[in-house]
Amino acid sequence: MDNSEGYAIELRGIVKRFPGVIANNGIDLKVRRGEIHCLLGENGAGKTTLMRVLYGLYHPEEGEIILNGQPVQMNSPRAALNHHIGMIHQHFRLVSTLSVEENIVLGLDEGTGPFMNFRKARAKISAIANEYGLSVDPQTKIWQLTVGQQQRVEILKALYREVDILIMDEPTSVLTPQEVDQLFTTLRTLVDDGLTIIFITHKLDEVMQVSNRVTVLRKGKVVSTLLTNETDKPTLARLMVGREVVFRLEKSPKELKEKLLDVNDLHALNDRGLPALRGVSFDLFGGEILGVAGVSGNGQYELAEVLTGLRKATKGKVLLAKKEVTNCSAREMNNLNVAHIPAERIRMGIVPAMSIRENLILKKYRYSPFSHGEFLNYKEIEENARRAMSDYQIAAPSCETPAKLLSGGNVQKVVLARELSENPCLIVAVHPTYGLDIGATEQVRQILLAQRERGAATLLISEDLEEIMTMSDRILVLFNGEVMGILEAESADIEEIGLMMAGTRHKGEKL
Amino acid sequence: MGWETWVITTLSRSLAYGTPLLLGTLGEIYAERSGVLNLGVEGMMIMGAYSAFTTAYITGNPWLGILAGAVVGGAFSLIHAFTSVTLKANQVVSGLSLTMLGLGLSGVLGRGWEGKPLPVPLPKITISALSNIPFLGPILFKGQNLIVYLTILLVPLLWYILYRTRIGITIRSVGESPATADSLGINVNRVRYMCVLLGGVLAGMAGGYLSVAYRPAWTEGMTAGMGWIVIALTIFAFWNPAYGMLGAYLFAALYHLSYRLQPWVSPELLKAMPYAFAIIILIFVSRGTLQKRMGAPAALTLPYTRGEE
Amino acid sequence: MKMRVGFKVERRPVASGRVVFFVSLLAIFAAFVVAGIFFQIYGVSPIRAYQLILRGSLGSRFGLAETVRRVIPLLLCGVGLTIAFRANFWNIGAEGQLLMGAVAAAGVALFSGLPGPLLLPAMFIAGFMGGAAWGLIPAILKVMLGLNDVITTLMMNYIAIYFLEWLIHGPWKGPTARGFAYTDTFQQAARLPTFYNTRIHWPTLILGLILAVVMYVVVTRTRSGFEIRVVGDNPDAARFAGISQLKTTLLVMLISGGFAGLAGVGEVAGIHLRLLGPNNISMGYGYTAIIVAWLARRNPLAVIVTALLFGVIMTGGDVIKVSLGLPFQLINVFNGLILFFLIGSEILLRYRISFLLRR
Repeated sequence: MDNSEGYAIELRGIVKRFPGVIANNGIDLKVRRGEIHCLLGENGAGKTTLMRVLYGLYHPEEGEIILNGQPVQMNSPRAALNHHIGMIHQHFRLVSTLSVEENIVLGLDEGTGPFMNFRKARAKISAIANEYGLSVDPQTKIWQLTVGQQQRVEILKALYREVDILIMDEPTSVLTPQEVDQLFTTLRTLVDDGLTIIFITHKLDEVMQVSNRVTVLRKGKVVSTLLTNETDKPTLARLMVGREVVFRLEKSPKELKEKLLDVNDLHALNDRGLPALRGVSFDLFGGEILGVAGVSGNGQYELAEVLTGLRKATKGKVLLAKKEVTNCSAREMNNLNVAHIPAERIRMGIVPAMSIRENLILKKYRYSPFSHGEFLNYKEIEENARRAMSDYQIAAPSCETPAKLLSGGNVQKVVLARELSENPCLIVAVHPTYGLDIGATEQVRQILLAQRERGAATLLISEDLEEIMTMSDRILVLFNGEVMGILEAESADIEEIGLMMAGTRHKGEKL
Repeated sequence: MGWETWVITTLSRSLAYGTPLLLGTLGEIYAERSGVLNLGVEGMMIMGAYSAFTTAYITGNPWLGILAGAVVGGAFSLIHAFTSVTLKANQVVSGLSLTMLGLGLSGVLGRGWEGKPLPVPLPKITISALSNIPFLGPILFKGQNLIVYLTILLVPLLWYILYRTRIGITIRSVGESPATADSLGINVNRVRYMCVLLGGVLAGMAGGYLSVAYRPAWTEGMTAGMGWIVIALTIFAFWNPAYGMLGAYLFAALYHLSYRLQPWVSPELLKAMPYAFAIIILIFVSRGTLQKRMGAPAALTLPYTRGEE
Repeated sequence: MKMRVGFKVERRPVASGRVVFFVSLLAIFAAFVVAGIFFQIYGVSPIRAYQLILRGSLGSRFGLAETVRRVIPLLLCGVGLTIAFRANFWNIGAEGQLLMGAVAAAGVALFSGLPGPLLLPAMFIAGFMGGAAWGLIPAILKVMLGLNDVITTLMMNYIAIYFLEWLIHGPWKGPTARGFAYTDTFQQAARLPTFYNTRIHWPTLILGLILAVVMYVVVTRTRSGFEIRVVGDNPDAARFAGISQLKTTLLVMLISGGFAGLAGVGEVAGIHLRLLGPNNISMGYGYTAIIVAWLARRNPLAVIVTALLFGVIMTGGDVIKVSLGLPFQLINVFNGLILFFLIGSEILLRYRISFLLRR
């Protein structure tokens, strides 16, 4: 009864596992020829993984890929290209020192031996560019182009290889609003010409604006596939974040202390020099956990880095206990008893070759009792390690074990032990339970709750909406570097949050 | 000696001395463009010199000597490629060890060959018709040899390949962004092997030229640090064969003039110039856009593994 | 139900000290075996050759003295390099830093006009500063402009070599004998005392041994050592912890360059008693010290042992030249082979090959 007619792509029962997680859990997807099909979901929903399976970057454990009615094996991107499928990744695959035309022809055998017939290539590029309105000077070097122009090169690259199906992974995350409009115009032109486009996004506005149909993914499964003009944003938001009963942790009632953190109109740039925070303001009180919800890439990392001294703010003020701390250095923030539990615990949080006991004093080594003058006091360091390992149940042969041998959960516990041992007044925790097993996750959450009870102010940044909803007292949603709204967690509607995460400002929220 | 004769002689000798420098530089440019730093050039050059000399001596054919030099240089470079690309070991240490090995081996094996003049050196060529062209004639066409001409011809060829052909784009992408190249189906390791091999072959040839043509004799350590100058010249050339030619001949000229220029600049300081210039150029291209425009290949010295995304 | 013997290659998380030691030993052994083949080619039994080397470098009083004399600069440079390597700064420039230290010391000895007793201490201080300055330049370039440390330190070597050549051929030229250039001999007060009839300038030796111990303590037990290790292992974590990469890199190169400079002082004030050409002052000590430091796995104390090993090898070179008529260059072959096998051993340490029976 399976009528695959008219379906450019069909994915049946795709299962893709990674150590510890099932990224795609039996996904069925049908994409019609000539449509713009959006894949909507939060982080970890499995959208990028699914598309990478389609593009031959990943091999699924189960399931099959059917193109135009025929099952195919996608062993590599080369195979995908042979089947006329192209993919434009979130981070462009361009060689910045080469020119546009050089990038477009890179990796292709023109069949004319080692020597390149650039004239032919140039003519073909011109033709494609004119047809779709993608004008770029073919001889400019990539580094000279704006991001929007670079994206156009990526599209040209795909069109040059005569793709029928184009996959785009979060294409608007790096574009200005004008560039987004131009992109959508281009996409509509491409589709008019018979291309099929799959568009991964988490932004509801875009889904409504440009897609014909949308498939919502959550936690590795397809929730629903809808016609865009038969649905609306609230529905999609609800599907995206789910409505299962959220398990509330045993939490003592909120006991607010004084206002600890006062963030006012904070602006900052990301690593690429683009604005990451655009006027973020909020308060944080002692004894509460403020959860920051939002899809990754909307400014959360940058917020954490600004608050802990690792990134400069370009505008705005941060007051810690009424004292101005905007643009203090990391060491100064340390001294002010601000704890930072970093997102990338291995890259930033520990020194892999050093022992547990040394990692535990990574921030405190300069102070007594851990050092007297220039010399480290290893007896104290060892004592501290013993205490920490028992308090936080860090499982390791000894405190001399190098940190790189520890499991993810134990590494995180070392980080927590180190950061929380001095009873910090402010805790900035970023994805604290990412990648941890259930047991470790529980432990970490209990530790954070204990700190809350002690009176610490915690900023909890997480992509796990469930975690935010269970742990937080209040929830702040970041989208595109702006605060979409701040809600009380108890009364928060998950649908509302979903809407905010996907770009809709909370009604009644003044900014 | 009249002023004009003096200039002509200097330039003529610079052409001769600059040839091995240029050969080595061209090879190193290709190796580094693909992302591999080859500090073993000195060792490859001297082993090339040794094998070229002995082969030419024994067979009586200087061309076989040059060939032997190229082969030996290439063999050494394959070792470097293996440790650097396949084993992904540290490129600096690998190169240094090959230089030490090369210097040591050639010194050990070469003992007993010192002081023997080469019976049949590479023939000098004088094209009498062309050598009458004023000024350029005597420089280019009197008493040079085929390798010199070959080297000059190599420059536009290698330049063209690097900048105007598919192979060149491939090489440059591998050195800039191996991940991108890999994702487009390019075999990064194979490209690197080929470039390092080219570097070794040219270095070996350069050494062979020294012992079979330039100074047809063998002396221990006769490359006298030429390999290190090549490393500096590669930077001076902004990794571009055309500038490499400029740099090699310029340095060769300065080297020859060093004793003449003594009243103004002492010869030792002149010899330090390529190294000082290399650092200055590196400083110059360290700023943002300049680095992109003219700087070192971004992936230089970094081994590449296809990572999980 | 066939049984297959296969092997699996997996990344070894961390190699225990014992494994590291054993594998290093294996690398050295392999190098000696291969070098032995060369002896065989020259018609000398390798066993006999190695016997001669050991006896020549350690067995006789003269040989031992020569070995120790070579150990001194290797020790000083090697200790300095372990510090640089710990901070992940690839200092290939110890050769140049040594020479600049020699230049500075010679400058003080010949031209400073200081009274006798002050000369030697001043020379050491000047030598340290000369080498340190030479090492700081690449450090600054790396931290401020991101310049590659390997290339800059390498280039600085040759600038130093030619600078020295210029000095001895030019402004500091002394009497010239048979085509060699050198400066005037140092006065008596600028000469280091040597041990009896040998050429062991013992103050530098003691300095080296003390510094090895001191640096070991610094690396393992002090705050600065802690910072150096963090920066070397994970610069991101260092930033996170508020450790200044700039300050640490500068400190490390100050030490590394300075120690190499001290080695240079020792050579000119203890052995040559004048400033000579670069090839005479340093027989590649700076480069050999890289192997010394690497073999010592960046442990300053272990450098004492590895420096001794390479001292033996270098003296061995003299021995085989004199007794066996084989070229001195053979030691370069040794060094190259050891370095090469060390790289190979690193691979062995990175991966663990386990054999398994598979059904």
